[in-house]
Amino acid sequence: MTPASLYALVGVGLIVLGLYALSVHAHLLRKLLAFNVTGSGVFLVLVGLARRTPAAAADPVPQAMVLTGIVVAVAATALAVVLMLRVQATCGRAALNDDLGTLEPLQPPPTPPAGGPAASAGSAEGAPPALTGTTAHAP
Amino acid sequence: METLITPGNDAWVAVLNLLLDGLLGLLLLWLAWRTLASADLFRAIVLFIAFGLVLAMIWARLDAADIALAEAAIGAGVTGALLLAALARLHPDRPGTQARPRGSDAS
Amino acid sequence: MPDTRSTSVPGTVRARALPAGPGPTARLILLLLLAAVLVGLATAVLSLPPVAPGLGAVVTEHLPASGVEHPVTAVLLNFRGYDTLLELAVLWLALLAVWSLTPAPLAHEPTANPMLAALNQLLAPLMILVAGYLLWNGGHAPGGAFQAGAVLGATGVLLHLSGRRLPRAVDGWPLRLALLLGVALFSLIGLAVMAGGAPFLTYPPASAGGLILAIEAAATLSIAATLAALFLGGRP
Repeated sequence: MTPASLYALVGVGLIVLGLYALSVHAHLLRKLLAFNVTGSGVFLVLVGLARRTPAAAADPVPQAMVLTGIVVAVAATALAVVLMLRVQATCGRAALNDDLGTLEPLQPPPTPPAGGPAASAGSAEGAPPALTGTTAHAP
Repeated sequence: METLITPGNDAWVAVLNLLLDGLLGLLLLWLAWRTLASADLFRAIVLFIAFGLVLAMIWARLDAADIALAEAAIGAGVTGALLLAALARLHPDRPGTQARPRGSDAS
Repeated sequence: MPDTRSTSVPGTVRARALPAGPGPTARLILLLLLAAVLVGLATAVLSLPPVAPGLGAVVTEHLPASGVEHPVTAVLLNFRGYDTLLELAVLWLALLAVWSLTPAPLAHEPTANPMLAALNQLLAPLMILVAGYLLWNGGHAPGGAFQAGAVLGATGVLLHLSGRRLPRAVDGWPLRLALLLGVALFSLIGLAVMAGGAPFLTYPPASAGGLILAIEAAATLSIAATLAALFLGGRP
């Protein structure tokens, strides 16, 4: 076993580990970490296999590709962080917790404030007529 | 150094190199596992930064100095800062306390 | 459909949804699939020949015509210039998406630690110097626009954490110019060489070194500004 194939195998391990965590965890920040680990695994496979050269220097083409990939990965991570913050602002939590992987559409508070969402929904129902009423009176 | 390299020494150096590579690879896998399995999100992100630094060492071992530089600055530095800031924005009141990874993530 | 179901009986849906993560059957299927991925990828890696020449010889052969002496920089900015140009565009698009999702800067004011501020006052000039060194180094040794931009961007993040803010004068169009400079100059030079009859992004060997250094300097500034702006996460 050469170091090149050893590191490529470590990269394969990282890919599988990251994919498992990506599927199992509900919290979006954990999914983001798993996504980054998977990406690092892909980079490690690429650069590990690029080191199989007989000469002293490694193959520069996959190295340049991975260099580009690292920068794209951090840009994707920043975009995902912002999306995650928007999910939390909209749904009250930064986690997917359904078996189907769909976002729960309801507000987060569980049973104790059960009247809370209903009451707020009721007031929301009542709000639009009042609002239109005031706008109708305003001019 | 050059005078010390005999055929026997060459084999010894190769074994040491392989040992170092294996150790670094196992360390990387262990850090990734701890990152993805740790119950505390703050700890997970700090472990991820350590993961990035070990990965930078592996890039250096693979004769990829360019990637090692970029990984140390971006993979460990900027991504780590980004994730820590995201955690602080998710939980402004209590940094680093999170539910278990499996089970009730409802918080 | 799921919407009506969840609103009609919210209690049962919540009770069913609480155990986060897949159930035992789904987990078993997932593990089987991942085992297949592991075995498949490992077999693929191990079945490759242990020694492969790769493209290193081709790159070395054309290195004198590329204008730089470091093979990775030659691949990034000359042989595979398209990749790098599009990568800069991706970075810029990601920032556009972040800015349109968060129109105002995210209200996370870190408490300015005096220790951190003092340390950064020492570190920031050094990091700017390192970025300049890496940029210059890229022509003949490991280094270049990405590494220099990353170090410079990290400097911006550190300065932000220690309480420094962009002056209002630089906040508007100068910042936008810095963000766009890399893509703009790269495309302009790529188009300009077409006037001489060469294909897009094919620099004449005589002036390739200078052109690449100019592109790299612009790209460094853009990458640094974009990374710092991505960290801040809101349109200033």
